[in-house]
Order: sequence, then structure tokens, then C-alpha cells
Amino acid sequence: MLHPTSNAFSAESTKAIANPQLQEALSVLRVQSIPNRLKAASNLAEFEQLRDRARDLKNHILGHLDQYLLQFEAQVKASGGEVHWCSDAETARQTVLRLCREAGAKTVTKGKTMIGEEIGINDFLEQNGIEPVETDLGEYIIQLRKEIPSHIIGPALHVTKRQVEETFREHHTDLDAARSLEEPAALMAEARAKMRDRYFEADVGITGANFLIAETGSTVIVTNEGNGDLTQTLPKMHIAITSIEKVVPTLDDAMTLLRLLPRSATGQELSVYVTFSTGPRRQSGPNGPDPDGPKAFHVVLLDNGRSAYLGTPMQEMLRCIRCGACMDHCPVYHAVGGHAYGWVYPGPIGSILTPALLGVQNAEPLPNASTLCGRCESVCPVRIPIPKLLRHWREEEFSRAITPSTQRSGLGLWAWFAKRPSLYRLATRWAVRVLRWGAGSDGKFTSLPLAGGWTKHRDFPAPQGKTFHDQWRAKGRSIGGKA
Amino acid sequence: MPPAAEGQRPKDQRVALFVTCLVDLFRPSVGFAAVKLIEQAGFAVEVPAAQTCCGQPAYNSGDRADAQAIARNTIAAFEGYDYIVAPSGSCGGMLHAHYPELLADDPHWAPRAQALAARTYELTQFLVEVAKVKIDAAFPSRVTYHDSCSSLREMNVKAQPRDLLRQVQGVQIAELAETEACCGFGGTFCVKFPDISNSMVERKTADIVASGADTLLAGDLGCLMNIAGKLKRQGSTVKVRHVAEVLAGMTDTAAIGEAE
Repeated sequence: MLHPTSNAFSAESTKAIANPQLQEALSVLRVQSIPNRLKAASNLAEFEQLRDRARDLKNHILGHLDQYLLQFEAQVKASGGEVHWCSDAETARQTVLRLCREAGAKTVTKGKTMIGEEIGINDFLEQNGIEPVETDLGEYIIQLRKEIPSHIIGPALHVTKRQVEETFREHHTDLDAARSLEEPAALMAEARAKMRDRYFEADVGITGANFLIAETGSTVIVTNEGNGDLTQTLPKMHIAITSIEKVVPTLDDAMTLLRLLPRSATGQELSVYVTFSTGPRRQSGPNGPDPDGPKAFHVVLLDNGRSAYLGTPMQEMLRCIRCGACMDHCPVYHAVGGHAYGWVYPGPIGSILTPALLGVQNAEPLPNASTLCGRCESVCPVRIPIPKLLRHWREEEFSRAITPSTQRSGLGLWAWFAKRPSLYRLATRWAVRVLRWGAGSDGKFTSLPLAGGWTKHRDFPAPQGKTFHDQWRAKGRSIGGKA
Repeated sequence: MPPAAEGQRPKDQRVALFVTCLVDLFRPSVGFAAVKLIEQAGFAVEVPAAQTCCGQPAYNSGDRADAQAIARNTIAAFEGYDYIVAPSGSCGGMLHAHYPELLADDPHWAPRAQALAARTYELTQFLVEVAKVKIDAAFPSRVTYHDSCSSLREMNVKAQPRDLLRQVQGVQIAELAETEACCGFGGTFCVKFPDISNSMVERKTADIVASGADTLLAGDLGCLMNIAGKLKRQGSTVKVRHVAEVLAGMTDTAAIGEAE
């Protein structure tokens, strides 16, 4: 499994800010992602009501998760497939490996799956002599570059077009140096040409699933490149690796979420492909045997700590449908990109999921690395109260004394005064006097003891004079209450 | 500046000013501007002496017990008023949106928190929605307005300050490219993550300069000190003020971060 480096967030974010190529790549969020989503959302009159409905639907599902998962399993079995319940990442990895060995797999093709990242399936298969081949363009690029996704729907978001070309020229040694790869379409064609043969070589196709449909036992993938379809239909075995909160009761419910997902994710009304997989190739059907499709269909269903949050205040994070809108709109993500977050899920939802799945002590900075500006919540299609959940982790860190001790003691001193109005008045009177004396007539400080984090980058405005309360009292103005 | 519906706003309607700790410490003129505006609209203004800070630093740092204690003090200090007005969407949002959540499990305090929340307004929101004021001020200037995140998302304040500014003689409003983007202040965030905060405020000051405005206004002193601090460090000539100063015609004081 990917070794988490979330506790190095501050240092990594400083490096990211100083990386001009990354900064260039990230500008796409403000130039494209935000306006595209806004346009798609505004063009659908009932968008806000749909968000309410999706929230309520997901809450209902999470309240009856056992029931829908069991129904899903029964339907998968009825259609000839199998569900593998995996409580943790190791069980899921071993299950996938066992299935690949059963299929005698040398290579597996892979569609995009964040659960695959969560369990570190690529490295694990490689260590066991099976070659994973990513077929999503973004995933393919970062596989060549030996990187991890920096965005949950745009895994190579951190890479500029120029860098992709360099990567292709380095790895596709047969590439004609004179051939132009200036246009994204040319890069796409080059990647496709390389992948084509791999689809036919693969013994197993691994995909994720955006939704699992309880009433039919189907897995659903939402893609734009068509690679997922080839991955799950051409090899003799299809393994969908997914997690428990992806289940929805009915096809209709999936449609509700499908009206929100692409609009929130890419600003599309609908993605180019939405593919439903129900069981393996049938030996006999209404029209005789199926002409194509995998001979075996497996769903690897991961919990990995999620079910522990059911019925807790953190349950709301499990509504997430992985659209990425929160990171697209996050000013912190805009500044640092995804890798600084140090694990699989970056951005606002990552700062909630990472402490939940790895333990808050392994992701201390993440819940704090937010101004709680709330823009993420304002665009979340399932209305996850992200600032509230970040604050929940901050409370957990504070109560378990994970919060750094300098912060705790500074805060404690301030709170001691803030709870005692007359002493607070005295303290502020003296604080203002000292600051005024220090500032002279300049109106600002360019450096200030104990405020180095501030004055490193900006001046610190000096107080005007006496505090408001002192001036108000001096004017003999009306003071309410029982001071 | 006569109230819109004269005679219907008896002096016995009492407004309590929640000064906010930043205004108290750094820019009392904002508090006096707020008082002037509320009084001109025909309300009596009092400043409860037992107020300190809204408790947001504790709340956002995970120190729930201290945040609750401060919230209880504040609620007690502000009970009995018809309205509570804060020249800040952030502190107003704390009282309005977060106190009820913070004390939800306390049967004694939960209803009192809700009652306070229902009577709490951000200044421009109060002036437009309750006082329905007509502004009588002049400020010949090209201004741009920064929406603080809490004003925007916790208090639904966006149109109100602009509606009021349009009544100020000589004011031209030039909007920022990204009015919904945070300035990077975030309370203790700006000192815990100085480089990220700087990246955010640099983006904001670039938008401000690009707007061609000579004055940046906002309704929250936290954002204003952050943005003013950055503009001054960059050597910019853009002046930074709280919107209340302009609306009250009290712009004779030095702008934020400027020498007197």
C-alpha cells in the first residue's frame, strides 16, 4: 500500500507552490473546471433540488447499507458473478491476486479505479509477477512517470501537455522525432495505439465502479475514453474493485446520481460512456448465448474502515460520489495540487477521508489546512458539510493532544482571557499600547515577534489607537449588560 | 440619512453592537462607523460590556469546551436586545450559524443560542434587510468589493453591501475576477500555513490590481488586514477600508496599514 506522507503536508505544499510547471498545470481548474461546472449546473433548472434528493437518497442508503449490499450480492450471484467481501486492503489485494492467478494472468488491463489506488493494487500485482496496464489516458501517463494520481477524476492533472510529450518520447522509443504531439488529440492517439494490443493480451480486466445497483447486481462505470468498456469486456475475467458506499437501490436511483456526477465532475451533461456490467457472458439468454463479454465476473467489495463510521457524525463523508468538485473549487488545492496531501484522496474530501481511513495521527495537518471557506460544500452534489467534518477532526486532534503543543498553549492563554471580560479588557488595552508603541507612526509592522508566519509574506497593520471599548467608555456612551 | 420608513422605527428598538475583537483592537473607527449608521437609521445602539471575542479561534482549532464557554458568555451578554449587529460576516456567522450547533446538546443553552442566532445580523445585511436605510455619503472612488467567505456562505451577504455602495455618491464598483475565492486569511490558518495563505492572497491582490480599483472594501477586518498587509508589502497604492467607513462617510482616518 502507498506509504502515506500526509504529515509532511506543510513542507510538500511549499515545494508545490515553488514548482512553476505544477502551477501552470493547476491553472486549468480556475480557467476550465470551475466555469464548466457552473455552466452545467445553471443549465439544469432543478440542479439544486437534485442535490437535496441525492443527499437524502445517500442518507437513506447509508441507513440501510447492509440490506442493499446483501441484495446486490444476491443479484450478482443470480447473474453468475461473485462478490468478495474484503474488510481491509490486504484482504482485497490477496483476493485480486488469487483471482488473477486463477485466470492464469500475465497482464491485466485496468480502467480508472481509486479503490485500486487505495489498496495499492498495481505495485502488489507487479511484486507478484503480474503486469498491470493502465488504459485511462491520465492513469497511463502517470504510470509511465511512476507517480500517483493528483486528482480523483483527473489523475494527471499535475502534468502539463509538454511534460506528457516528453514522457511519451522517453517511453515510446519507436516514436518518430519529427512527429508533432502538440495537440492533445495527437497524444491521445499515440497512447491509444500503444494500448490497443494490450487489451487483447490481457487475461483479466480490472475496473472500479461508480455505482453498484442492488436490484440488478450491476456495476456502473462513467468514462469518457471508452477504455473502461474494452477493459471489462475483452479479457476472460472482469474484476470490479469497489467500496461498500457505492451501492444504490435501483436503476432510477443511479440515474438521479448520474444527473449530478458528470455535471459536477467535468461540467458535462453526461459522460461519453456510462456502462452497466451485469454478470459474465451468458451461456443462454433470450437471444441465445452472449457473443461477447468476460467469462467470469467478480466484485471485490472493500470496507477498509468505512463501516466504523456508520451511525457517527462522520457518516456524511460516505455520501461522496467522487466527482472532484470540492478540489476543483478549493483555493488550497489550487495552490498546492494533489500530491502534497500525501495519500490517495487529495483536496477537501481527502482531508476528511485520509484521517478517517489512516487515523488522524497520520494526517494531522490535513484537517487544519483549510480556511473553512466553504466553497467545497457550496458545490458538493451530495451536500457533504465539509467544513463541519474538518472541524470534527480538529476537535479529535485537540482532545487527543495531537494538535502541536505551542498552538494549544497559545490558544489556552487567549481563551483564558476571552472567558473573563474585565481581564480581557485590561489585556487588550495593554496589547494595543505595546503595538502602538512598536509601530510608531508607520501604520504597519514589517516584522513582528511571534507573528513570523504573517510578516514573512505581508505587513501587519498597526492598531489605530485605544481599543473601541476604551473609547466608547471614555465618550460616556451607553454600555449594556452587566459588566 | 433618514430611515426609509420614518416613524415606524421606534427608538425603543435596541440594537446591541458586537464589536468583534479585531475591530476593538485594530480599527475602532469601524465600530464607530457602524454605530453611526445604525443610529442614523433610528435605532438605539448599546455595546454590552461583557463581550470579548465570538470564540471562533477556539471553535476552529478544535477546542470545543472553550468555544462553548465563550459562546455562553456572549449569549448571556446579548440577551434582551432586539437585534445583534456585527461589522463582520465571520463573527456574525459564528453567532448566527455556529452557536446553535455548538450548544445543540445543552437543553438549557440550545434555545437561547437559537434565539440569539435568529436576531444576529451582519452590518450591511441589517442596514438593508431590517433598517432599510438610505445612504447619504460621498466617496469619489473606483472601488472593488471582496466578499468574505463567511459573509457569502454563512450569512448570505452578497448584494447588500453593493446595494448600499451604489447609493454612495461618486462610487464606481469594479468587480473582481473571482468574487467567490477566499483571500487566504482563515484565522490561524494564515500563520499555520503561511506559504499557502500567501499564494491565495497573492492571487487576490493580483485580481484587485487588475480590477483597476483604487480602493478595496470588504465587511470583515480579518480579510482586510490580510489583503492590506499584502498590498502594502507589494508597494501597492490601492487603499483598503472596511465598507462601514465609506457608508458612514468616515473616511478621514488613514486606510488600513497606512501611516497617519
